[in-house]
Amino acid sequence: MKFTHFLAVAFLALGLAACTKPKQTKPAEPPATAETGGAATSGVGEAATGSKPLTAQQQALAALRTKNIVYFDYNSSEIPQEYLAVVTANAAYLVKYPTARLRLEGNTDERGSREYNIGLGERRAQTVRRAMLAKGVAEGQMTTVSYGEERPAVPGNDEAAYDQNRRVEFVYAQ
Amino acid sequence: MRSTTGWLGWRAARYVLFGLGLLLAGSGVSHAQLRLDITEGVRDAVPIAIVPFDGQAEGGSNDIAMVVAGDLRLSGRFAPLDRKDMVARPATGSEIRFQDWRLLKSDYIVVGRVVTERGVTSVAFELFNVQTGEALLAETVPVPGQSMRAAAHRIADLVFERLTGIPGAFSTRIAYVSVEGTPPSRRYRLVVSDADGFNARNVTESSEPIMSPAWSPDGQDLAYVSFESRTSAIYVQRLATGERRRVSARAGINGAPAFSPDGRRLAITLSRDGNLDIYILDLATQALTRVTSDEAIDTEAAWSPDGKSIYFTSDRAGNAQVYRVDLATAKEAERVTFTNGYNARPRVSPNGEELAMVTLDRGGYRIGVMDLKSRTLRVLTDGQQDESPSFAPNGATVIFASESRGNGDLALVSSDGRYQERLRSDSGDVREPAWSPYPVR
Repeated sequence: MKFTHFLAVAFLALGLAACTKPKQTKPAEPPATAETGGAATSGVGEAATGSKPLTAQQQALAALRTKNIVYFDYNSSEIPQEYLAVVTANAAYLVKYPTARLRLEGNTDERGSREYNIGLGERRAQTVRRAMLAKGVAEGQMTTVSYGEERPAVPGNDEAAYDQNRRVEFVYAQ
Repeated sequence: MRSTTGWLGWRAARYVLFGLGLLLAGSGVSHAQLRLDITEGVRDAVPIAIVPFDGQAEGGSNDIAMVVAGDLRLSGRFAPLDRKDMVARPATGSEIRFQDWRLLKSDYIVVGRVVTERGVTSVAFELFNVQTGEALLAETVPVPGQSMRAAAHRIADLVFERLTGIPGAFSTRIAYVSVEGTPPSRRYRLVVSDADGFNARNVTESSEPIMSPAWSPDGQDLAYVSFESRTSAIYVQRLATGERRRVSARAGINGAPAFSPDGRRLAITLSRDGNLDIYILDLATQALTRVTSDEAIDTEAAWSPDGKSIYFTSDRAGNAQVYRVDLATAKEAERVTFTNGYNARPRVSPNGEELAMVTLDRGGYRIGVMDLKSRTLRVLTDGQQDESPSFAPNGATVIFASESRGNGDLALVSSDGRYQERLRSDSGDVREPAWSPYPVR
């Protein structure tokens, strides 16, 4: 009984050791399980619901659906080159629709202490915010929040999960 | 408050540690074997017999001897005799045949009985040295609020102190955060239980994150961070009544609360334009004093027991390290940690001589304890994702959160690192344990 238990654990440990493969490329699409915030506000996807034909703004918002997350490297708050397009697209939308309101939600992977990760998530959200300001977005259109490691997009303790959890999500108020 | 998470059971961490030892070593059983010896530490635990108490049924959650034995075993310093090996059930010292217990290789024996006099129930117990027959302790403890478990914890405290010279911390509580489910039905709960995991009660719960529970020095209040309003805010809640107040909901981050030793102030982390700094909030006047003003992340304040300085985490030197700031002189903060590339979330031991923290040790986030005089850091644990250390009020044990195989558990390590035990939850992840101060007597 104890022996089988030990075997299972040892097997797991060896399995983990075998998992030191090179870092995966970050997901190009937002993960299907990505959260869009709490009940009071919903994500960009919901703009497309309802029976009336979509307004131009709703269509523009729907087009951002695949451009609403920036992923970060480990322990970094620099926006990677490949995600500058996400910033540009969202900034263009906010400049065009000055009444639109955006919430930037910073997140980290689970490594390290929790409150420090709140700081790291905030730093990421602020980096994105400043990049948006530089592209002409008005200060009052954006708010930030950091969830640190408290709201992972995907569960798991491997690099693939970590890659998807180090992120800033763009959440629009309706 | 309704009852919630209880521990599935105590489980020795040796298999997990052994497995991780293999992982760290790459291969080689001998290395792992060595780790097992270091962390198990139960080999020299003192054998003691806790005889079932007279006047109550054996078994069940109110079995005093069982609770006392559990407490002593949990301390890592004692190995209670298995009940089925007991040949007799003495209830008083005069009924003990010491030669029987010497054969069973018990060094000490505890006997006792539940006594009801004039409608008041109490528990009398005696502690003896089995070798010499010497009486070491004979006391009667009250049964507070009809709780046999509370009386049993008190007995364990007294026995532990008599035999080790260290006051027991079994009559204390722990606060922790439990998380169950997946979005959108994820629930975050703040839970308070007895130090042995029993009597778990919800303090608050939310679909949004709850973080960073911190005890007031009198053990009556908990401060914590809740995102229930979709941004972070700090609350202080009175445990007895459930009454709570929101003490900080400023723009940006409101985090990492820590009560000052006098209980009148709260060190907190606030942000302006994303820059986190430590402030002190006067709970009576709401006056706010800024403590740090660096452009880095400054957070996770921990007061020294004399209230004169604050230890905190900062990445002002590029990566997270622990610093100390003297509150009276308000001089530049002094860097405390230099070994390892990541040291964070300091907690000061009750005597002010040690600092527990999270340290990045050979690729794993582990619990380290630094001797503040010599500034040497010892790594106590072997996990990959150990965090949130919190000292027991007697300083003998550190409780921490440990994630393995995707499960968040709590674990205990003796502050000398010789003994480790895992506490598993029967549902969901548990994390961020905070050990209460001693109850006010």
